[in-house]
Parts: sequence; structure tokens; C-alpha cells
Amino acid sequence: MEKLLQIEKLETEFTKDKQALKILHGVNFHINKGEVLGLVGESGSGKSLTSLSIMKLFKGTSGEISGGRIQFNDQDLTNISESDMRKIRGKQIAMIFQEPMTSLNPVMKIGEQLLEPIRLHLGLKEKQAKAHAVSILKKVGIPRAEEIINEFPHQLSGGMRQRIMIAMAISCNPQLLIADEPTTALDVTIQAQILDLMKQLQQKENMSVLLITHDLGVVAEMCDRVVVMYAGRVVEEADVFELFESPKHPYTKGLIGSVPKLGQKKEKLDSIKGNVPDPSNLPKGCKFAPRCNNVMPICYQEEPPDLKLENGRSCSCWLYKEERGDICV
Amino acid sequence: MELSKTVNQSNTIITEKKYSPLKEFWKNWKRQKTALWASFFILLLIIIAVVGPYIAPYDPYKPDYNSMLQGPGSKHFAGTDEYGRDIFSRLLVGSRISLSVSFLSVFLGAIVGTILGLISGYFGGWLDRFIMRSSDVMFAFPDLLLAIAIVAILGPGLNNVVIAVSIFSVPSFARLVRGATLEAKETVFVEAAKSMGASHFRIMFQHILPETLGSLIVFISMRIGTAILAASSLSFLGLGASPETPDWGAMLSLGRDYLGTSSHVVMMPGIAIFLTVLAFNVVGDGLRDVLDPKTKNE
Repeated sequence: MEKLLQIEKLETEFTKDKQALKILHGVNFHINKGEVLGLVGESGSGKSLTSLSIMKLFKGTSGEISGGRIQFNDQDLTNISESDMRKIRGKQIAMIFQEPMTSLNPVMKIGEQLLEPIRLHLGLKEKQAKAHAVSILKKVGIPRAEEIINEFPHQLSGGMRQRIMIAMAISCNPQLLIADEPTTALDVTIQAQILDLMKQLQQKENMSVLLITHDLGVVAEMCDRVVVMYAGRVVEEADVFELFESPKHPYTKGLIGSVPKLGQKKEKLDSIKGNVPDPSNLPKGCKFAPRCNNVMPICYQEEPPDLKLENGRSCSCWLYKEERGDICV
Repeated sequence: MELSKTVNQSNTIITEKKYSPLKEFWKNWKRQKTALWASFFILLLIIIAVVGPYIAPYDPYKPDYNSMLQGPGSKHFAGTDEYGRDIFSRLLVGSRISLSVSFLSVFLGAIVGTILGLISGYFGGWLDRFIMRSSDVMFAFPDLLLAIAIVAILGPGLNNVVIAVSIFSVPSFARLVRGATLEAKETVFVEAAKSMGASHFRIMFQHILPETLGSLIVFISMRIGTAILAASSLSFLGLGASPETPDWGAMLSLGRDYLGTSSHVVMMPGIAIFLTVLAFNVVGDGLRDVLDPKTKNE
């Protein structure tokens, strides 16, 4: 399969009081064309920062990519200019945010906001742009699209607003759609609708999707492949069926184990003990070692290498050192 | 048949509910009783400023040495000054000067200040520090002193009063807009707009500026009152309008020699200035209550 996006040893850091604080420590993964990749991990594991690094959107913060490559088609996004990046944003890579309630400008009509990327990237005339906007709104299942474009965001429900965000994101036929927890703020029935819609659109347009979430149910439903992140590193990468069938990394096992199952007769839910470590004070060796059930002495000494396993899986854990001797970076 | 009727009915209900920001504003504005009256007063002032010269009962410039320093009476509604000119006519004609000077200077100051504030808040860094420290320097001068200094450099005259008052308005607007910009630039919709590839210019003027408009409008209306006062003070000091022009401040200045004997010469323009400044401040207060979303639905 052809790779659309390849991230190699991506490092991102923030500077505070002239001290660099590294959050992403060499993230490696790739997305194939027409594939849905899930990016999973706890809060603070660096999922969102990875997506912001791809878009180079660090807002007013001191965030900066300090190493590695982000290969998108035949361009390295880490060293292209801001004006070139602006041409990619929205046109080739688009993004959907977590909060549909705040990601639309409250004082602009829906139509104006929707027309923004269409005018900018497709260079359509006013009338055609409007027609395009209406057709996109219909595509994402919005009733009375012609009227909605003259309304303000507060007149719509959360689900509708997220549909509009999706419409905005897909309006210029991007090759990659980054969805940062797109359903977290929505209630369950709407969640299912939005996920269905995204899956449909993804298949119809043959778009690649990077789905960031901590909801394993969503992952199972949507994704082809899954990347698990912990403390700014990729700890496991696998096909979605294999991941749920036989998780390798103790962290992945913990994540899957902590999802309550139907018919479970336990009083207490399983959980992973402890918290995500403070990025300014990371433990030596494996970052997951203090919380791990299978911890070994070596885990506290040295960071585990990225081990390539069968079926294109990979896992960075000392448990599998014997299983596969050769170390792949 | 029955069905289509109900469908029609529900359609009209939907269209009736249509949201209009202006209507909503008017609904809230009507509740602000004092501000409503103050805004009517300002409207009246603006009408007078336009038609003043045509409705004035006497020629505001022509001296009448038969009726000098007459108190308010049936012939001269607000009395006459030391040259026998009708004060009421002069007030009517002078309203145009006061209003145009204050509007012009505040809008000039607001435009420059807003652009500087947007740039300062949006880009940050050394540009922000430079703009903010420069305005700190301006803030260090008392408003009027700065204006006097500017007029002293540029020379007296109404045009230079406009420039002076707008210059000392710039830093306040810059600081206000910068604050609002800092807040708006962190919102998700600004980030979303960036993720769609919007340019800096577009984000600043399309997304951030409208967020600052609420406080900007309130501040403009308050600032107009200050500007009227400042312009009148400059004229009073002989730095603004030349003495024969019916500027309210200049009239005050002329009348102060007769404060003991014919106080109405000072009182009348004084009352005009007082009421106008008060009206703009009350309107500003009312606007703040209406436009601030935090106090809106209480």
C-alpha cells in the first residue's frame, strides 16, 4: 500500500524559562492512502500534540518541532515555509476538533465560515462556492442546507455543529483528515451518527483519516490500524483486529482490560495503577515501568527498543526481546 | 389538504423565529431606560449639528451692541454674550464643531489604536513589547498635558485639536484591543480557521476583530465624552478654535471675565458640554450592559 504520511523520529518540545521540555520523543508511524489510523493513549500521552505537529499549529505557545521528519506525499512538512504550509492546511490536510461548541466562530454565519476554505483553496466564484457549500452540507446530512448557511452557530445543536465542522474539513477534498476526538463532546447516539458519517465519507472519497481518541470502542468500529502512544512515544502499532485479539504491550493490555465488558460480574473495574509521568520528570528506562505488571529489572535501566514483530506489528517492550532478536529502529 | 395546511403553518412558525442580532439588540436596549433617553438626546444633538445653522434664530457671528450681556429672556432664549451675540444660536451652531471634532478624533484614534492593538496581541514578541512600551510612555503623560504639548508643536487650530485628541486616544484603544485579542486568539475557532489555511490578515480582521467589537463600541462611546471635554478644554485655553467661532469651549473662555456679573454666558455652554458628555457616558454604560454577554441574560 502506498504511504500518504510517514512520521519518523518526530520530536516536539516546548520552551519555558529558556529550558526546553521535550514532549514527543521520536514518534514513528505512517498512514497509508485510504486508511483509517487510530491514535490511542491516555490524556497527556502526546496524541494531540502529534496532530498539531503535523499541522504545525502551535498557537501562541513556544511549541517547536526539534527533530525528525514528517513526510507527506513528497514533501517534508518540518522544513517548509509557513505560507506553503497554509496552502496545505485545509486543502490537503484538514482537521476536526474536539469541541463542536467552540470551534465555530459565534459571530459569523455558518455560510461565511464554510465558504472560507472553499474560496481560499478552490478559487470558486461566489455563486459556485455557495452551491458547493450547500452540496457539501447535504453530503454530511444537514437538512434545509440553504437556510442553515444564513444561520449562526448558536442556533444549531452540538451534533449539527460537528457535522458542519466535518463539512468544512472535507469541503476541499483533503487527502488526510485529522480528527482529534471528534465525538468526545457529543452524546452517544449522536456519536454513532457522526462516526458512521465519517466512515461513509472516508470510503466514498478514499480519504485517509487519523483518528485521535481514547475511546477503544470508537477505535474498534472505525480504524484499520492502531498506534498506541505513551509518554510521547509510540509503544505499539498493530492491525485493529490483532490489537484487540492479542495486545502485546502491557500498556495496551491495561487499556483494553480497563474497558468494562457486557455481562462482566465484577464489583470493581480494572484500571492501570498510577498516572502518566510528568514530562519534565520522566523515569529512567521504560517510561511505563513504574505502572507495569510485567516489570523486569532491565526496564528500569534502559529504554526498550522498537521491536518489529510478525504481520507488520511493532511493540516497544523488553518482554518481546527474546521473541525477536534483531532490533529495528 | 389538512396535512399541507399544518406543514405551511409550521413553516411560518420557523420563519417567524428567525434570529436577527439588531432586533435582539433593540429588545435589550429598550430595557435600559436612562441609556435609551440619553441616546435620544444624542440623536437630537446630531440632528441639531446638521441643521443647526438653518434653524438658529440669530446670526451667531453678528455682534449686536444694543443687547450686550443680556440674561436669558423672551427675546434671547439663553441670553447674549459681551458682543450681544445670541448664545442659543451660537450653541446650536457650535454643536457641529464639538461633535465633529470629538467623533473625528475618537474614530481616528480608534482606527489606529485598534490596528496597533490587533497586531500587538496577535503577533506578540518584540512587536508587542515595542507597541505596549510606547503606549506606556504615552500613558505616563496626563491626557490633557499631552494634548497641549501636541497642539503647542503643531500650532493652534481645530484640525490640530483633532490630531492631538486622537493621538492621546490611540494607546487606550491599543491596550483595550490587545487584551481582547489575546483572549480571542486562544479560542478553538481561531485555531480551526488556521487549520483551514486562513491567513494572518484574515484571522485578525475576520475572526478576532468582531470579538473585540463589543468592548470597542462601549469604549468609543465613553471616549467621545472625554474627547468633547478635551477639545473644549483646549479651546478654553485658546489652543483650539479661534475666539470668534462658536465653539463651546471658546465660549466658556470668553465668558469667564463676566462670571460674577453675567454668569449665564459661562453657564449655557457649560450646561451644553455637561449634558453632552453625560449622555455619551450613560450610553456607554448602557451599551456595556447590553453588549457584555456575561451580564446579558440577567
